[in-house]
Amino acid sequence: MKETSNFSFYKDKFFLAASLISALSILLIIIGIIVSLFIESFDAIKAFGFFNFIFSTSWDYNEEIFGAGRALLGSILTSFIAIIIAAPMGIGMAVFIVEMCPSFLKGFISTAIELLAAIPSIIYGMWGLFIFAPFLENTLQKWVSGALGDVPVIGSFFQINYAGGIGLLTSGIVLSIMIVPFIASIAREALSRVPRELKESGYGLGAEKWETIRDVSLPYTKTAIWGGIIIALGRALGETMAIAYIIGNMNISLTSVFDPYVTVTSVLVNEFNEASGLQMSSLFFLALLLFVLNFLTLIAAKVYISRSR
Amino acid sequence: MNYRFLRKIKGYIMLFLSALAAVIGVVLLFAILYKVIQTGMAGLNLALFTKDEAPAFMIGEGGMRHAFVGQIILTLVASVIGIPIGIFGGIYLSEYGSSSKLGRFISSLADVSISIPTIIIGTFIYSFLVKPLGGFNGWAGAVALAVILIPVIMRTTEESLKLIPWQLREAALALGTPYYKVIKDIILKSALTGIFTGVSLAIARVAGETAPLLFTSFNNKYLSANMSEPMPSLTVTIFQYAGSPYDNWIISAWASALVITVFILLTNIILKYIMKRRSF
Repeated sequence: MKETSNFSFYKDKFFLAASLISALSILLIIIGIIVSLFIESFDAIKAFGFFNFIFSTSWDYNEEIFGAGRALLGSILTSFIAIIIAAPMGIGMAVFIVEMCPSFLKGFISTAIELLAAIPSIIYGMWGLFIFAPFLENTLQKWVSGALGDVPVIGSFFQINYAGGIGLLTSGIVLSIMIVPFIASIAREALSRVPRELKESGYGLGAEKWETIRDVSLPYTKTAIWGGIIIALGRALGETMAIAYIIGNMNISLTSVFDPYVTVTSVLVNEFNEASGLQMSSLFFLALLLFVLNFLTLIAAKVYISRSR
Repeated sequence: MNYRFLRKIKGYIMLFLSALAAVIGVVLLFAILYKVIQTGMAGLNLALFTKDEAPAFMIGEGGMRHAFVGQIILTLVASVIGIPIGIFGGIYLSEYGSSSKLGRFISSLADVSISIPTIIIGTFIYSFLVKPLGGFNGWAGAVALAVILIPVIMRTTEESLKLIPWQLREAALALGTPYYKVIKDIILKSALTGIFTGVSLAIARVAGETAPLLFTSFNNKYLSANMSEPMPSLTVTIFQYAGSPYDNWIISAWASALVITVFILLTNIILKYIMKRRSF
């Protein structure tokens, strides 16, 4: 009897130890990423300086002078375009599913939108490159450059300088399709938890359906939706394969929203396997900067959500 | 045109736009699926699964068997590494550490880790398992995928375990059952559906990952089960084929894209259905 309980005791301890060690693996991964990226990028930090590297727009193989300026700008701009499109769309989808959709369609529509998030990134890249970019070139790009291209001052932002339809705006739009399911599902979840009494008090005061949504439901769910948008922003910043196909990966100074450009992730995909020396170190530095940017965004989302609770 | 009428019109416009957004979302899914199916069907034949890569000028001779096999091996090894660590970690977060500072800290850290760009994980594993070992290898690819799996599985396990009523644990403990047995035989068993679907969804997600494999297992033209050599994978092969100038390679890429998309979407639909029907 004593022996079995002893055995049990050790098994209990062993179980605890195994699960604790497994849980600590997360800590190990995060520390591993930070330490390894920092060590690998040390040469580049030493050669170019931390802040100088962030703001420098040079990416010159012959002179071996590298800077993150353009790649960071590209990542931020594409993500920004994506959020501007995806946030209102995602909220709209959620409003439709929660407030308007007939119940027999609810499951179908919300599943369809969720499945958009399950499609692998590389499929979006192929679809974007072969189908969507040519489509945009013949429609949106033509219309916009036709309407705004000759306007003084802002006209040059909307001119077509490169054929093929790939570039900054196309990437932003494809990114928005990829992140919209996150915003939609978080907003849907939040909107469906708005207490019925609150909405009814809105109707009781004579508000229209939309007015109730705008002035009662959306303010009530503000925190969750903003949190979802920030998380989606983090996703957009790190999106890789789709962008690698459709950003065009051209290291030029940006003049138009239709221009091909670079992002941190597209530079990594295209150059990492052939790089060496200072270029390699600079690529690791880029990866480190992206990691920090992404990490800070997500932590900001977490803190924001937990604070307003 | 009174004020009331204007308000009504404005409301209708906004509601119409909301409905439009939802319709656009559904249409986009089907537009992408349609294109993948239409183009992919053209290249879908038996040779795709039974033959390895042939030079691009040999039209109709090549297939992607090597890539399918490589992808399966990589995903399996990643699962073998990632699932136990993920589940045990989730057990800690839910059963031992849910009220401790460390537990809550790791739980939020795991939440953040889910969204780490996968390409960053690729660069991290490159500096740990590729550079020191002298070249791209299958182990590095599998570990990179496992690193993506771990936080996802950990969080879904934690969430599923937390759904189990606390009374169930108390009832078992009151009978004198040691805690590990309570977890192993009662809590885990009750939460099995939730954990199973969570784990499967995570695996379906990494099965479509490309970025972490580019810098780790890289690619290989030949059928290979040798984990210490570069390992072919479906996604990286699709990436290379789709970017190539050869039409027959591009068609093969679409066909493989069709296979992987259908696999992932079906898995998702089935698992979400199971998830909806589970009791815990």
